[in-house]
Amino acid sequence: MAKPNNMATVATSDLPKALTGIQGLDEITFGGLPKGRPTLICGGPGCGKTLLAMEFLCRGALQYNEPGVFMAFEEKEQDLVENFSSLGFDLKSLVKHKKLAIDYVYIERSEIEETGEYDLEGLFVRLAAAIDSIGAKRVVLDTIEALFSGFSNTSILRAELRRLFRWLKDKGVTAIITGEKGEKLLTKHGLEEYVADCVISLDNRVNEQIATRRLKIIKYRGSRHGTNEYPFLISDNGISVFPMTSLLLASAVSSERISSGIKSLDEMLGNKGYFKGSAILVSGSAGSGKTSFGAQFVDYVCRNGQRALCFAFEESEGQLSRNMKSIGINLKRWIDKGLLKIAANRATLCGLEMHLVMAHTAVKEFKPDVVVIDPITTLIGSGLADDAKAMIARLIDFLKNDGITILATDLNLMADKGDAAEIGISSLCDTWMKLSMETQGYKRMRRITIIKSRGMKHGHETKDLIITDNGLEIKDIPGLREDVR
Amino acid sequence: MAKSESGIKKQLETGLKKQKQKKYVLHLYVAGLSPRSQKAIENIKKVCDEYLKGRYELAIQDIYQNPILAKNGQILGAPTLIKEFPLPLRRFVGDMSNIERLLVGLNLRSKE
Repeated sequence: MAKPNNMATVATSDLPKALTGIQGLDEITFGGLPKGRPTLICGGPGCGKTLLAMEFLCRGALQYNEPGVFMAFEEKEQDLVENFSSLGFDLKSLVKHKKLAIDYVYIERSEIEETGEYDLEGLFVRLAAAIDSIGAKRVVLDTIEALFSGFSNTSILRAELRRLFRWLKDKGVTAIITGEKGEKLLTKHGLEEYVADCVISLDNRVNEQIATRRLKIIKYRGSRHGTNEYPFLISDNGISVFPMTSLLLASAVSSERISSGIKSLDEMLGNKGYFKGSAILVSGSAGSGKTSFGAQFVDYVCRNGQRALCFAFEESEGQLSRNMKSIGINLKRWIDKGLLKIAANRATLCGLEMHLVMAHTAVKEFKPDVVVIDPITTLIGSGLADDAKAMIARLIDFLKNDGITILATDLNLMADKGDAAEIGISSLCDTWMKLSMETQGYKRMRRITIIKSRGMKHGHETKDLIITDNGLEIKDIPGLREDVR
Repeated sequence: MAKSESGIKKQLETGLKKQKQKKYVLHLYVAGLSPRSQKAIENIKKVCDEYLKGRYELAIQDIYQNPILAKNGQILGAPTLIKEFPLPLRRFVGDMSNIERLLVGLNLRSKE
């Protein structure tokens, strides 16, 4: 389960809730689904309804000792077992240990002839038997709308559905009803009419060829809830919802300092280096030494026994460690020691939300002290600029919240663009440095300038950045240019 | 012409005879002894006596007393009549008051 953040602890609610155990969902619902009541989950095909419902049952059974009944109208028991084993849920053993009961409901329109008045007592009997057999506290009906394909008398069906939901409430089970998205209504047959307590909608949208799954709480009677659309991911551990847009600017502030790994740069930064847990942005044109700059920092961090996580969007792990070796930085030994992890993938691999999710997961697993993102601006290529900015803000906020120091590089194609960094991420950062290339005679020289550094006195000179066989060095520019600025 | 016509007739008759000789296995699932259940039992008994005399097996089950039957028999609606034999399997949901539809479904009367 996700550790409760400041959001969840604020929750004061009289409405009893049942924790889902699904990462992030309990946070945006402020404690889970309404206990003892039905919740409707709607969405188009393949958006993860069945998965969410099943995970709710499995986690309920495993983490909260609440056995569950899964009434499947669409998939056979065997299919469910197979589908969910790939997500790490062993349904067979849950069934064996009486934590889960699955009842597959077979409906075949062509076999059914309606010959007069009827009710759906058979469904009730089966559900009651399944609930009683394991003492279930949770129930999933996936998806009850299949009844509409089997029976033609909708007035009977509607009356029976109404009775069913009342019955579920009387039984006191926490239920999830799934429903296929309809054209005008939330679900094809307007189930929202009967399940009025809590409605969650899922969807899977494609924007510029990149698909993102999103979850939204449409209503939650008697409780407050996050109103945004939250991205979610289906990973090896089931669903993860990421409520990161709700983070406040409330991260704990540290006045501890952390060295940049370059002695002469520390001198420029008030003689002490960066603030711990701050965000550092290094902008520069191609070949100005941004990656080396980052590597030097990582090397220093690992040398001090701290952990660093590096998101590389341009180079693979092998390439990066080979290249850095040429300037005397041996990254491989930190990787071998387990102090450094390089997560390399292309920015276009997936959508921004997915990157965020992956970063989130990696950070949670690795628990780094320092995160390096090289370069942060490639992410813009995998989404719209506004989205990218929001996503980067969320990423930085999330890392800062955990007290992690962030060093991000920013590929600035037009080095003279000045203070207007492409998407204004500089305002999110506490320390901003600019690397540039200047032509001096026949030679191009690397230069470094500190543009800003919040909360400390810092040097304003532009200095030489020299890449040596032993890492980076910063020196005063020799000769006349020394006092230009 | 006349010959072939009578041939068809003969074929039809034997077919009908065969149909008539087939034994019917019927299961009626009811939920308790509600008026609706009783009506269904009455109706199906009447149909059996009238059309299937001597060649049917009718079992009546109460799913309240034996809920596992509801699961095993894939029962949703109540009352449900299942024609197990002759194949194909058919399900009739309701109090069987629509005799016409029941007869057609049981293959005892052709659709008009």
